[in-house]
Amino acid sequence: MPDRKGIYRKKRLDRGIKARADTIYLIASWREIFYLLLPRAFPVGFLLILPAVLHGYWQKVLVFACVYGLLALSWDLLASCGLFSLGQALFFGAGAYLAGGLNYYLHLPPLVTVPAATVGGGLLCAGLLAPVIRLRGVYFAMVTLMFPLLLMRGIETTGVLGGTHGLSALSPFPGETLTAYLAVLAFLACLFLFRRLINSDYGLVLMAIRDDDRAVMSGGINIYWRKTQALFLAGSVGAFAGALMTHHFQFLGMSAFALDYSILPVAAVALGGQGSFAGAALGSMILVPLSESLRALGGLRIALYCIILMVSIVALPEGLFHYLERKYHQFETRAEVE
Amino acid sequence: MSKASETILAVERVRKRFGGILAVFDVSFELKAGEFLGIIGPNGSGKTTLVNLITGFVKPDGGRVFFKGRDITSFMPYRIADMGIARTFQMVRLFYNLPAYKNIIIPLCSSRVRRLGAGRYGEKDDMAVDLLDDMGFERDSYVPYKTAGSLPHGYLKRLDLARAMALRPEVLILDELFSGMSLSEVASTLPLIEKFHEEGLSIIMIEHRLKELFRVVDRVLVLNFGRKIADGSPQEVMENEEVRKAYLGIEVEIL
Ligand SMILES: Nc1ncnc2c1ncn2[C@@H]1O[C@H](COP(=O)(O)OP(=O)(O)OP(=O)(O)O)[C@@H](O)[C@H]1O
Ligand SMILES: [Mg+2]
Repeated sequence: MPDRKGIYRKKRLDRGIKARADTIYLIASWREIFYLLLPRAFPVGFLLILPAVLHGYWQKVLVFACVYGLLALSWDLLASCGLFSLGQALFFGAGAYLAGGLNYYLHLPPLVTVPAATVGGGLLCAGLLAPVIRLRGVYFAMVTLMFPLLLMRGIETTGVLGGTHGLSALSPFPGETLTAYLAVLAFLACLFLFRRLINSDYGLVLMAIRDDDRAVMSGGINIYWRKTQALFLAGSVGAFAGALMTHHFQFLGMSAFALDYSILPVAAVALGGQGSFAGAALGSMILVPLSESLRALGGLRIALYCIILMVSIVALPEGLFHYLERKYHQFETRAEVE
Repeated sequence: MSKASETILAVERVRKRFGGILAVFDVSFELKAGEFLGIIGPNGSGKTTLVNLITGFVKPDGGRVFFKGRDITSFMPYRIADMGIARTFQMVRLFYNLPAYKNIIIPLCSSRVRRLGAGRYGEKDDMAVDLLDDMGFERDSYVPYKTAGSLPHGYLKRLDLARAMALRPEVLILDELFSGMSLSEVASTLPLIEKFHEEGLSIIMIEHRLKELFRVVDRVLVLNFGRKIADGSPQEVMENEEVRKAYLGIEVEIL
């Protein structure tokens, strides 16, 4: 036997506290309460302070981050039931045009147009996509990619709803800070609602549809109706983001259907991690400010941006959030190898 | 055993072809309410395809299926399940990364269960554990809460049965439930199925274990190369010359 004394290996242990906290809500000490609360309270508190301390340009960036965050959450909900969307711009554009149209033509205030666009946008998106809900994977993705392009070209050629010039001089929200607060609160509310939803029995069924739709059908569940409901929820969230931006810009144009709104949310989820919503939220909170701060680099910005994305996807395929979560609940010790 | 005369399920000349293979050809039969029907046949004779045709997972090339007089031939699988025809799968289809009892939650979320006045908010977990307890997963053990993927095969088969029973079906179709189960598991599961039958459930059971099957069923239907070659009481089927020919080999000894 060679002398192996002095050889160590890293040993990872899960903290027992997490295993307990997931099932039994019995918390033993302030330390444990703090341990569990910190990862939730810190980001929430941070986001709630931001609108008050940021001004001008960076306040706008915050609104942008929340809007993309909403689109990423909406994307993650669809992915949870096996629908891979490349058309978040459809949701965004539907909400933007509904809110903008109602405001421009009927002179309704944002207090009416935003809720109306949220519900109406959800219904519209669910209605448009319900016929193709039977398509799987890449086929569904392709159809969703086409829809915003189709609507964009339709508006361009027919000139309806402002055509290529768009609609301007729309009613603003009262105050920039208020807008920022609205965006942050909507983003946090959506994050927490979706997280609750996916952990409920309703979410269990959605995820089961993704994993094996035939098994779910044999349980007497109308999978197409469930997917339509998920489309409505995801569509509403995206439409809210669109309505918010329209009043924020006080302008509505074809750019509401731009490819950016489809691609960036997917990139945010790829960076943050799919399936927990927190990953989608984290991803967009990193990507959007990052891409803004790289703006000074001009054309190089996109290249750098792509490199960051690729590195994160290759190095952390599970996503940043899941990696951090795992590390938070683990501690490493050095154990002697016998 | 109850001997009602009302027909609950009627299959009329269903046909299905996969490429060059006639998987099911012109098969007709009726299932009476409360009846226990066995379906046997050599490997590849079309038994699973027949189940898929009845439950809507495969669309027939011809023929019709009636449930309580209603034509359900073109219905989607979830609609047929919703009407009260539940099935198990020969290759169990479960969610292996979920705890065993969570698998039962899915049918408990169906509109059928809600319509029957069960599965309200907050009681589904208890109902699922109750059902598993009936199937021999002891409630107080860790078994119902373990992930399905970590359970032995026999448990998975019973979990699949529990999943089907959660729908509170009127017709239960079992596709080789006992394959891969140990003798003791079969011995403990068979009485359960007999109990369901005594409670009035109509059952179709596909099985390769002929000895167990013949003991419990009222009637047996035999398939060979997609065709029905016999239909009658276990006694009649055993004496049928064509059946004996189809089962050339060891299984004749069991008969
Ligand atoms: N989806 C399919 N595509 C192509 N061929 C199929 C398909 N399903 C079944 N078959 C073929 O149809 C025939 C009947 O198959 P089926 O699974 O119904 O037989 P079975 O009686 O259930 O057999 P076993 O006892 O092995 O379960 C077989 O020859 C099989 O290869
Ligand atoms: Mg079979």
